[in-house]
Formats: sequence, structure tokens, C-alpha cells
Amino acid sequence: MKVRVHVTLKKGVLDPQGKAIHHALEGLGFAGVNDVRAGKLIELDLAEDVVDSEIEEMCRQLLANMVIENYRIERPEEAAR
Amino acid sequence: MKSAVIVFPGSNCDRDMAEALRLVTGRAPAMVWHRQDALPPGLDLIAIPGGFSYGDYLRAGAMAAQSPVMWAVREAAERGIAVLGVCNGFQVLAEARLLPGALMRNAGIRFVCRDVPLIVEDSPSPFTARYEVGEEIVLPVAHHDGNYQADEAVLDRLEGEGRIAFRYAADVNGSARRIAGILNEAGNVLGMMPHPERAVEPAHGREDGRRLFEGLLEMASQTA
Repeated sequence: MKVRVHVTLKKGVLDPQGKAIHHALEGLGFAGVNDVRAGKLIELDLAEDVVDSEIEEMCRQLLANMVIENYRIERPEEAAR
Repeated sequence: MKSAVIVFPGSNCDRDMAEALRLVTGRAPAMVWHRQDALPPGLDLIAIPGGFSYGDYLRAGAMAAQSPVMWAVREAAERGIAVLGVCNGFQVLAEARLLPGALMRNAGIRFVCRDVPLIVEDSPSPFTARYEVGEEIVLPVAHHDGNYQADEAVLDRLEGEGRIAFRYAADVNGSARRIAGILNEAGNVLGMMPHPERAVEPAHGREDGRRLFEGLLEMASQTA
């Protein structure tokens, strides 16, 4: 079972990398970019018997720093339970 | 005074820290590899040095915070043993939740490597005992992720409880309230981005870091 974890900075937390990307896009001449936020995508290949609460724990204990980041777990449709 | 320096794969200030401790305390520290799950007995100080533990993978300090030795460090901190985390060591302590908040990418994006003036704040702890409150000192910084952030309630608490040990005299990396170093609730765990171990002898050009270690030495001789 492939599960994707999206880690993003919390709203209001300054994102220097997103800002740099934003400036670079403007430098390339792309108009109309209002804002850029950068995050991480972590793909987990999990055994079928790994339950949702375990994935949540993985996120809370290591994958995301809850002080500054949020996480979102994306499961393949068939794995939804 | 008996001290230990924790060494992670990717630590690179461990020997500077060891040399500073040897110089100021007169006794070389034990070097403790991160895979060890026990610390030498009778320690007065545990130092977590700067560097790039685990290549800063995931987040600076995130992997090191899960090392076996950190459970022993946590337990020692709870017993009141002094713990000093410098630079990456501060990031490790924050990721291990021994200190509140998080250290993010510098607001200016660039790696900052220079001497910076700091203000010694009013925080009763052995780390700052040999400095005057309000004194301006100069220590080197060398970091990419030194931008300290926490929510307003945590910041207010740190201020109110006298747990901000050092503040940058001027903005360096975007840190909330120009925080350069903070203490835990009990005052025995200090995390700071500037490097006191790089300013302890004339050859360093500055000696403002020396008194931090002298304060710890004094604490150790009082409790001995």
C-alpha cells in the first residue's frame, strides 16, 4: 500500500524557500503568481496491516514538526477504511 | 567537572566543544557516540555540539533527536544535569522536545557565518551566571536554520519566566523576538545558535564564550 504524506508549513509561518521560488518565477517573467509555499512529499510503502492511527503517529512523531508544520495523509482509494 | 560530548554522524563541532571544555574545566570530556544508550556516570554537563547530524535530512536535528543516546540525555535532563545544545545541538534539543519551538530556515535564506553581538538576558541559570544582565557579548554564528519560531503563547511564557538566555542585538536570521538561546523550565537545559566554544582562547580572537563554561564549572564545584 503506497501512502503519500504531504507536509506543509502552517498558515502564517514565514516560508523563506517559498519566497525565493516566488522571486525566481517572477524573474523568469511569469506574471500573476500571488504566493508560493513549499512543502515536502513523503511516499511510504506500507504493509497492508498498517492502520491509520499508526500513520498518524509516524507523522506526529517524526515526519512533521507539529510546531510549524501540518501534514495530510493521502491514501489510495482501495486502502481507505 | 565531568562532562560528555554527544557525537552524531555529521557532527562537526564536537572536537571544538571538547577542546573548550578541556581548556576551561581542566578535564577532557567523554565523547559519547549516538548509538550508546547509556551515559557515563556522575556527569555535570552534557554538550550537544554543532554540525549537520544526519545531513540535516528531513529537518535539522530531526533524525538525531531519535537516536538511542537521546533517551539517556532526556533522563539526565529530568534529573537536573546541565545540558548545553549549540547550533545543531539546539536544533536537536528542540526536535527532541526538550526545548519548545522550532528552528526554521533563516528568513534571509542564506547561510549566516559571522560574529554577532548578543545581549545577555535576565535568566537565572549556571550558563549565564558569569555574565552581567544586559551585557553585550560577541560570539560567532554559522547556521542555515537558526530562525527560532514558536507560537505567541510560548514566546510570552519564555519572556515571562526569564527563559530567554541570549538575544541577538540586531536581527540575524528572522528569529522571533531576536531569540538566540533559550532555557527549559527548570533552567538546566540551554539551546543556543551562537557558538561559545569558538570563543574561549586568545587564538580565537574572542573569549566571550569562556564565561559560559566557567559558570558551569562553578556550578559543578558548588554541587560537588
